[in-house]
Amino acid sequence: MAKVLMKGNEAIAAAAMKAGCKYFFGYPITPQNELPEFMSRELPKIGGVFVQAESEVAAINMIYGAAGTGARVMTSSSSPGMALKQEGISYCAGAELPCVIVNISRGGPGLGGIQPSQADYFMTTRGGGNGDYRHPVYAPATLQEAVDLTMEAFDVADYYRTPVIVMGDGMIGQMMEPVEFKETSNRELPAKDWATTGTEGKRQPNIINSLALDPAELEKHCHKLDARYKEIEEKEVRHEMYKMEGAEIVLVAYGTTSRIVKNAIDALQKEGIKAGLIRPITLWPFPEKAFDAIPETAKVILTVEMSTGQMIDDVKIANKGRLPIEFYGRTGGMIPTPEAIMEQVKEILGGVK
Amino acid sequence: MSTVFSKTEGLTDKQFHYCPGCTHGIIHRLVGEVLVELGVLGKAIGVAPVGCSVLAYDYFNCDMHEAAHGRAPAVATGIKRVLPDNVVFTYQGDGDLASIGTAEIIHAAHRGEKFTTIFVNNAIYGMTGGQMAPTTLIGQKATTAPFGRDAATTGMPLRMSEMLSTIDGAVFVERCTVHNVAGIRKTKKAIKKAFEVQIEGKGFGIVEILSTCPTNWGITPVESLKWLEENMIPYYPLGNFRTPEEGK
Amino acid sequence: MTEKVIMAGFGGQGVMSMGQLLTYAGMIENKQVSWLPSYGPEMRGGTANCAVIVSESPVGSPIITTDATSAIVMNLPSLVKFEENLKANGKLLINSSLIEQKTKREDVEAYYIPANEIANELGNNKVANMVMLGAFLELTKIVNVESVIEALKKVFGPAKEHLVPLNKQALERGAAAVK
Repeated sequence: MAKVLMKGNEAIAAAAMKAGCKYFFGYPITPQNELPEFMSRELPKIGGVFVQAESEVAAINMIYGAAGTGARVMTSSSSPGMALKQEGISYCAGAELPCVIVNISRGGPGLGGIQPSQADYFMTTRGGGNGDYRHPVYAPATLQEAVDLTMEAFDVADYYRTPVIVMGDGMIGQMMEPVEFKETSNRELPAKDWATTGTEGKRQPNIINSLALDPAELEKHCHKLDARYKEIEEKEVRHEMYKMEGAEIVLVAYGTTSRIVKNAIDALQKEGIKAGLIRPITLWPFPEKAFDAIPETAKVILTVEMSTGQMIDDVKIANKGRLPIEFYGRTGGMIPTPEAIMEQVKEILGGVK
Repeated sequence: MSTVFSKTEGLTDKQFHYCPGCTHGIIHRLVGEVLVELGVLGKAIGVAPVGCSVLAYDYFNCDMHEAAHGRAPAVATGIKRVLPDNVVFTYQGDGDLASIGTAEIIHAAHRGEKFTTIFVNNAIYGMTGGQMAPTTLIGQKATTAPFGRDAATTGMPLRMSEMLSTIDGAVFVERCTVHNVAGIRKTKKAIKKAFEVQIEGKGFGIVEILSTCPTNWGITPVESLKWLEENMIPYYPLGNFRTPEEGK
Repeated sequence: MTEKVIMAGFGGQGVMSMGQLLTYAGMIENKQVSWLPSYGPEMRGGTANCAVIVSESPVGSPIITTDATSAIVMNLPSLVKFEENLKANGKLLINSSLIEQKTKREDVEAYYIPANEIANELGNNKVANMVMLGAFLELTKIVNVESVIEALKKVFGPAKEHLVPLNKQALERGAAAVK
């Protein structure tokens, strides 16, 4: 299939439809509005359903209902709206409901701003809702990757019976790049024999539920979920290594920020400074093993984020105390420039020498 | 020996956990009977709330969802939009529907979602231990209104059926009671009508059912039937607020 | 070769669509492209701008900071805001119909193009953006005019195909203005 030029928000919506998602429930919030708008225009054409819910809370609970019937479903929002969705995401995790949730994040806390930000890392990777759960989080850096990962997200959601988050920011949502919709992977997916479609008098009722009043029963359930999370950590972790060979300094960045970091790394290379990049593609599971492969030439790690430092906690865990870790971040919707990152690198390397 | 009464197929064999004198059991049975009588039990998908009927998913003999507090109408919307030919209902109490879930119930009605809501109003939070509900009567004591509900600081009890009947999408709205036999009969008719309205694709239907809570009202089951009649019905008048015109 | 161009003006001047056309044309020519808009309340009647990158190699960051190779400014606030983003020897295309003053920068190549006058001569004020784009293409040769026309046809669709000749004329007049 030929490449098409699309806005990120629309490309993610189109990818979801390509993955067989026919049901979308959402609520307006900048900077993700093109996504529900696209769905409201396109889903009726294929016999699908778009519902503009009364709130993000309602939208995620509609997802809970629709996902319970076994359908592929999606909702999208941006940071403050994602905070509201945490209730339903926790319920979906508890009831083992597959669904894909898109966060085109913006600056916070509170109402914050609408410009690109990565300040939702904690909320998204630490389980923003209540209880003992995790969910995969994909952080695309290009629109092609956003398309591929969105399609992948539906398979992962169905395979592991879990909510999956695709997290971009205003830049990923608003920019245009050429994208190609490739055929979906051929992961073998289990039958959804748990779905509520009516018993037709032929089987025992199916119950979609996250309540377990007996602590022993709930512990057993949590252990079952945890075993699945361990399998996801083992099999679904994704990252990219960039120019790591002989790197004196290893930068860690994801999404939008990783693109800017790559520019900085390329420019540093021209000046004779060897810098590499570890780019987590899944934020959870975090690519811890990538840090075991850091070359011996590396003296220091620099984490770059559009926040005051959230992913750095995971970098510290993955680093296991081996190298000093520095941080550079812009926040509130400010975007780091390659020049500023280069300056940081030079200052740090000067300091370490 | 002839059978004079048998349990409806619409309910499972699971024993209810409800307190003595609570009318949830009667309402469960009526819903189960209606689903069977309409021949839709196999197509039915119910949504249980948070509250005393949180375990309703164990009692109804059909596919069920357990929803977050107040969100049953949103969950039902999700189900019904994917499966328009199934029969979907929510079963909610007054804390669930009239307090934390007001936005969800109003907007489900507003969109004219084609499902049925069974709204059990006992003027108190039962499960959590007798706290004040939006439907608690003036002067009625609750664990968070120890001196009785005071209109000056907590407002007047909320009449949900009246409010919902102002919404075009709510095509069937009726308030009933199950404190006596005549009331139970009328309630069953209303429940049946609310499901028929859904099956015919006419829109959203709700039956509000005045119910007892002897445990949290602090009186005996027999006294509570009397209390309902003397205190609740005057404030929450029984009757039909909206019904689709025949042939439409 | 990498062209990093900022396009800016007020809402309704067709700044966003001018950027999209260039991006689309780059894609048609199998170049690496990105289009990044400003977004938010400032879009509603305020200034609009987008950053377009067309390159032979993969696009890293889609953001253009102080490394713009070109800038097309359609109104005065855009000139003031974005002339600083140009690299030394960058190309600054100024819509002289609406901007009376000159650029402060002495180290850039400035071109003053009366885009609105030219568009009016063609009978449609709305193609001022295409006049500027035509001038830009003539100066940078980053994509062929034919690719822009092809992109136009795709963006317009059959319903608006009759507008293609007018837009083509505007591109040509823009090119002529900087020859």
